[in-house]
Amino acid sequence: MRNLFLVSAITVLLAACGSQPPAPEQTPSEVKTSTPTDVVVAKPVVSVVPEPAFDAMSVAALKDPRSPLSKRNVYFDLDSFVVKEEFQSTLVAHSKFLAANAKMKMLIQGNGDERGSREYNLALAQKRADAVKKSLALMGAKEDQMEAVSLGEEKPVCAEHNEECWAKNRHGEMLYTGEY
Amino acid sequence: MKYPNTLHKFVRLGVLLAAGGTGLFTPLSHAQLVVDVTGAGSTRLPIAIADFTGERVVGNALTSVVRADLERSGLFKLVDAPTPVGAGDTPSYADLKTRGADALLGGTVTAASDGRYETRLNLSDVPKQASIATQSYAHTSVQLRTTAHRIADFVYSKLTGEPGIFSTRIAYIVKLGGRYELQIADADGGNSQSALASHESIISPAWSPDGSKLAYVSFEAKKPVIYVHDLATGRRHVAANFKGSNSAPAWSPDGLQLAVVLTKEGGSQIFLVGADGSGLRRLAVSSGIDTEPRFSPDGGSIYFSSDRGGSPQIYRISVAGGQAERITFEGNYNVTPRLSPDGNSMAYITRVGSLFHVALMDLASKQITILTDSAKDESPSFAPNGRMIVYATEVNGRGVLAAVSVDGRVKQRLSSALAADVREPAWAPFNR
Repeated sequence: MRNLFLVSAITVLLAACGSQPPAPEQTPSEVKTSTPTDVVVAKPVVSVVPEPAFDAMSVAALKDPRSPLSKRNVYFDLDSFVVKEEFQSTLVAHSKFLAANAKMKMLIQGNGDERGSREYNLALAQKRADAVKKSLALMGAKEDQMEAVSLGEEKPVCAEHNEECWAKNRHGEMLYTGEY
Repeated sequence: MKYPNTLHKFVRLGVLLAAGGTGLFTPLSHAQLVVDVTGAGSTRLPIAIADFTGERVVGNALTSVVRADLERSGLFKLVDAPTPVGAGDTPSYADLKTRGADALLGGTVTAASDGRYETRLNLSDVPKQASIATQSYAHTSVQLRTTAHRIADFVYSKLTGEPGIFSTRIAYIVKLGGRYELQIADADGGNSQSALASHESIISPAWSPDGSKLAYVSFEAKKPVIYVHDLATGRRHVAANFKGSNSAPAWSPDGLQLAVVLTKEGGSQIFLVGADGSGLRRLAVSSGIDTEPRFSPDGGSIYFSSDRGGSPQIYRISVAGGQAERITFEGNYNVTPRLSPDGNSMAYITRVGSLFHVALMDLASKQITILTDSAKDESPSFAPNGRMIVYATEVNGRGVLAAVSVDGRVKQRLSSALAADVREPAWAPFNR
């Protein structure tokens, strides 16, 4: 079942890939004579080493640890729904990616900590998802590409009952077509 | 019928002290939930429940459950009855009086040729040496527990003047590892059955007023979606799956509508929708969070929690919409409003310091009683007779259910025999 899901996820990714502009080869090992098709993401990655370049607007970049697109989480302070400065560059990258890939869709899942009412926490975590969505929309992603939903306290990434753990659980996570 | 003096006195006390009965007990192999009684009513009626004549053919399965039900209600003190007493027997009142019993239940079980049984009861007043009420039940051997709960309800209602809740059910969620189950058990924790199993969370089960369906929120689609699940057929349908989150379903008293929380228009906002998913309309507009709607029993208004005033507080709004009225003022976290069946009081969760307790507000006087001293209480739910409130709490890091009488005296705890978390209880309405 899980395998099936994976297979279909990959299929969707490949299909989505087919709709990209000049889609680069999928084999990640291959060295591409990359044409930085779009303007793109100033800061990231490049500084690392001389290594095979990647197309920052490609679907492959979503999983490439060198790409800011591989960063999917935005963390929030306690009782806060404001996107912090440190996540701006990540959100810029994702909004550009969405703008460049009109057929890609994103599910933004808000998460929160466990204290108090489950339904109320669901609503609080929705605020986090909404904040991420709003940031992306302001930077160029289209409304209909994004869905902001809440998982409340139902999917903690950290299960202990302390502030360190709760901080890890207060986040919005960005998932693309095929990843959810 | 006129009650004898001792019983009459008890009846008045029982009503005033407002304890209810839920044996949360796990006597049989199917049972997965274990009950501890952690508090009892201040006045308990001494009652002898004799073995029924002829009951040995069913292994005394009736009286053992009746005794357990009544004892765990916190309202009765069991007195030994040394010999079986049949429905038509004249008991040894003098001996029972010596033992301190105020009431006696006797009965006769007769096996019919078709494998069915007839159980006849006689409830009597010991000081008056007179019968209070008689009753009879036809049942099969697989209906022994059900019949025993009905007998306990009969005794409870005759002696307290209020309906018993031993025959009712509770829905709740069990989480074991990464597996979630929506289960339904008798109010004593026995006879638990799974209605739904999932690898994603399930929350907010809500009974339809006729007890035939549960609405709930499932995360199986990687987002919260509201389903309505018919328990007899096991079939379910999506009641709300709009863009964004769909949560917090609550039934209208006529069973035709659900109040739900949707984020499709931005923010968590309350909408009304037909139970079949038709006819959506927005109830209220706020810039912040509105959630956890509950209909008043008369169907005229909806209570909900909202941060529109800064901190989470409980509000009330007419089902026709309009201006919302703030209900809670004490403290800076009051959520999860649940109306009593008579609509006169509201249970909710209040935060005191960093602790979450079950509180009860008398809606006319606004007087508040904090009923629990545990730390992480959630999801209160009234028994259908309004006497007990079941809620979720945590003991040693594990989710358990607990129940408290509305006067705070009778306390029970219901935990899983497995290392599972039990949560999100919803007490079913009376069977119709």
